[in-house]
Amino acid sequence: MEYAIEMLNIRKEFPGIVANDNITIQLKKGEIHALLGENGAGKSTLMNVLFGLYQPEKGEIRVKDKTVNITNPNIANDLGIGMVHQHFMLVEPFTVTQNIVLGKEPTNKFAMIDIAKARKEIQALSDRYGLMVDPDSKISDISVGMQQRVEILKTLYRGAEVLIFDEPTAVLTPQEISELMDIMQSLVQEGKSIILITHKLKEIMEVCDRCTVIRKGQGIGTVNVSDTNVTELASLMVGREVNFKTEKSEAKPGDNVLSIDNLFVKDTRKVELVKGLNLDVHAGEIVGIAGVDGNGQSELIEAITGLAKTSSGSIKVNNKEISNLSPRKITESGIGHIPQDRHKYGLVLDYSIGENIVLQTYYKKPYSKAKVLNYNEIFRKAKDVINEYDVRTPSAYTKARALSGGNQQKAIIGREVDRSPDLLIAAQPTRGLDVGAIEFIHKKLIEERDKGKAILLVSFELDEIMNVSDRIAVMFDGKVVANVKPEETTEQELGLLMAGSQVKAGENSHDHE
Amino acid sequence: MTTNNKMFGILVPVISVLLGLIVGAIIMLSSGHNPIKGYVALWNGAFGDMYTLGETVRRTTPLILTGLAVAFAFKTGLFNIGAEGQVIVGWLAAVWIGLVVDAPMIIHLPLAIFTGALAGGLWGFLPGLLKAKLGVHEVIVTIMMNYIALYTTNEIIRSVLTDQKTTSEAISATASLASAWLQSLTFYSRVHYGIFIALFAAFIMWFIIQRTTYGYELKAVGFNQHASNYSGMNVSKNITLSMVLAGVFAGLAGAMEGLGTYGSISVMSGFTNLGFDGIAVALLGSNHAFGVVLAALLFGALKEGAGEMPTSAGVPTELVDIIIALIIFFVASSYMIRWAILRFKKEEN
Repeated sequence: MEYAIEMLNIRKEFPGIVANDNITIQLKKGEIHALLGENGAGKSTLMNVLFGLYQPEKGEIRVKDKTVNITNPNIANDLGIGMVHQHFMLVEPFTVTQNIVLGKEPTNKFAMIDIAKARKEIQALSDRYGLMVDPDSKISDISVGMQQRVEILKTLYRGAEVLIFDEPTAVLTPQEISELMDIMQSLVQEGKSIILITHKLKEIMEVCDRCTVIRKGQGIGTVNVSDTNVTELASLMVGREVNFKTEKSEAKPGDNVLSIDNLFVKDTRKVELVKGLNLDVHAGEIVGIAGVDGNGQSELIEAITGLAKTSSGSIKVNNKEISNLSPRKITESGIGHIPQDRHKYGLVLDYSIGENIVLQTYYKKPYSKAKVLNYNEIFRKAKDVINEYDVRTPSAYTKARALSGGNQQKAIIGREVDRSPDLLIAAQPTRGLDVGAIEFIHKKLIEERDKGKAILLVSFELDEIMNVSDRIAVMFDGKVVANVKPEETTEQELGLLMAGSQVKAGENSHDHE
Repeated sequence: MTTNNKMFGILVPVISVLLGLIVGAIIMLSSGHNPIKGYVALWNGAFGDMYTLGETVRRTTPLILTGLAVAFAFKTGLFNIGAEGQVIVGWLAAVWIGLVVDAPMIIHLPLAIFTGALAGGLWGFLPGLLKAKLGVHEVIVTIMMNYIALYTTNEIIRSVLTDQKTTSEAISATASLASAWLQSLTFYSRVHYGIFIALFAAFIMWFIIQRTTYGYELKAVGFNQHASNYSGMNVSKNITLSMVLAGVFAGLAGAMEGLGTYGSISVMSGFTNLGFDGIAVALLGSNHAFGVVLAALLFGALKEGAGEMPTSAGVPTELVDIIIALIIFFVASSYMIRWAILRFKKEEN
């Protein structure tokens, strides 16, 4: 059997830590091979070894049965290995074609860039693999899913035989995910081989042939996807049984904590995206907002938290009007917010974890007195949060930037929940996280509910909405169009409601009379 | 990661200075001068006796303050090119108070210093406010403010402070920073009490940035405005405040010149360059208060020592400008130095 790529017994150490220990992964030609592991398990390190960014201490890399020594990414490129990065490496004001040829520009006999030739080649590649990319669009004008396909084209244009996808679905909508799965299928049909780095088990079951699992830097083994199931993969990855059905008791809703009446909000381009929305959230209940991205969810949250101005309507928390107050006043009135974009809003990445833990409370006692910070208290608090929320970091003094996404998220959740707000807004709280972390975060949300807090959960993952919510508010075109109970509905029905279908016209009334 | 950054923060400037001196030596050699004699002359010109030492400290004083002015704004992600103009208005305001107010020293001197600082702060306020409220880039506005300061000040000296003369009267003794004991210690150099003010200002900057909630907010806004807004900080207020405080430091530098070194103000044909040198000082000092003090001392010494080079070693003073430019070049291209250090460390392992 010829393997496209073999990495045998790879060991990679960093000062004080073994990132990869005796990991073997063998990629067959024409297969989609999953590399599964928790956040921080060592997947990226392993791929960086393959890509020549790191040199392994031990082990062997073989490409097509020949031992190779990959000392830099150019060698990896020449060997036909291409990487589709999670964070796109694209020049926004350039066109698709310009981006793809960047660094490998075809020239005519006068040494000028022959963009027409490149354009034709790219169009041909796009057609062949069904990528549907317009070579003349500017990157800034195309969707995230399309940008990712440009990244794929970039590797194909450079002659990649093996494509590595680094958590490609983390940034995609469900629709885009299923398109990507089709593209991956057509790539392998054309003879390419794929390594899919992921921690989403559903995707593995859907498209992968085999799956190599690593846990805490150790190679656990390789399984055939057809011989396994989600539960087994999860326990291989996490090293213990994982509970997919979130355990929770019946909700005991109390008083109204959040009540929104006839709310209108415009986005930064002055387009009205929340159009007369009504919503109530009670103490002791989790209300999940289901909806297709772009139906006003982000604007709703920004309006509640004071990051965006409302045009009209009222937002009351504990019967106090908070609309258009400053974010600080709103925070102080008892709202916690786990933001959708943790890098943009949730953390100051160049601050230490400790400094991030007091981002909303630094000006209060005991963290400061007479405007002078008390770092002893700040880091004491940080250490408590780190311990309680299982944030894996070398120390409280480590910069937030250095942590993995899952641990950054746990730090944010720790910070927000620790302030014990009456209303906790969780926007996509588990985006990009592995099952272990997701389970942990869901448990924390339910714990808060059981303490009598009101929780507003916004998620594009229907699983999450169905599992965690006590009540589901479906958002479509800037309004809540239906309120349903998760045990009385199905994903199909929710899907229809989210698409604006009127099947449940009888339930269109909103919930505060 | 943090220790690495700290290490680079110290190593890069030190190596840059060494490289600057080495390349300076090569230039001296290639133009037929003896670099050892040249550097000995430079050293003697800066630290050779108490007089030159006094003058070196005198030159260092405003550079510390303008360095702080640039470094402080930079902590909030702002580039204060306007230190130059802030120095000029600070100088003018301090001298003005020194001329027209009649009060005992215990009131007069602090009032003059305070007014200088206030004028600088005001000159920083406008660019800060425009940046905060309208998003106008502070570099453009501060450059324009520099010219406004220069020509307005010249006109005020000619038409208001004097009757079409080029230099104002000397300020009252009650507003002077001149120090008899410092002067007698240094053979009557122009060194004055301002150095203590500058050092205290450096301590204040360090304290504000590292230890107070103001510094916490200013840095957070510099790193990530979105997260700062999310967490309830007032981003506009912090941007404005940062430019005002930066202006205060630069205004103090002007006050030091007006109340200490010169005791008057003259019509200027061009910029003082104190503000622009402040950019270099901040860069070399890694935007850290303590680093700024050391970098200012180095620049003060180089500029003072340069005077000795033509007479004792026959080396033209311009060579020092070349060395300063080289040092800045090496700091600015610190990427090369970082790369070399990492390479070196790797081979060690």
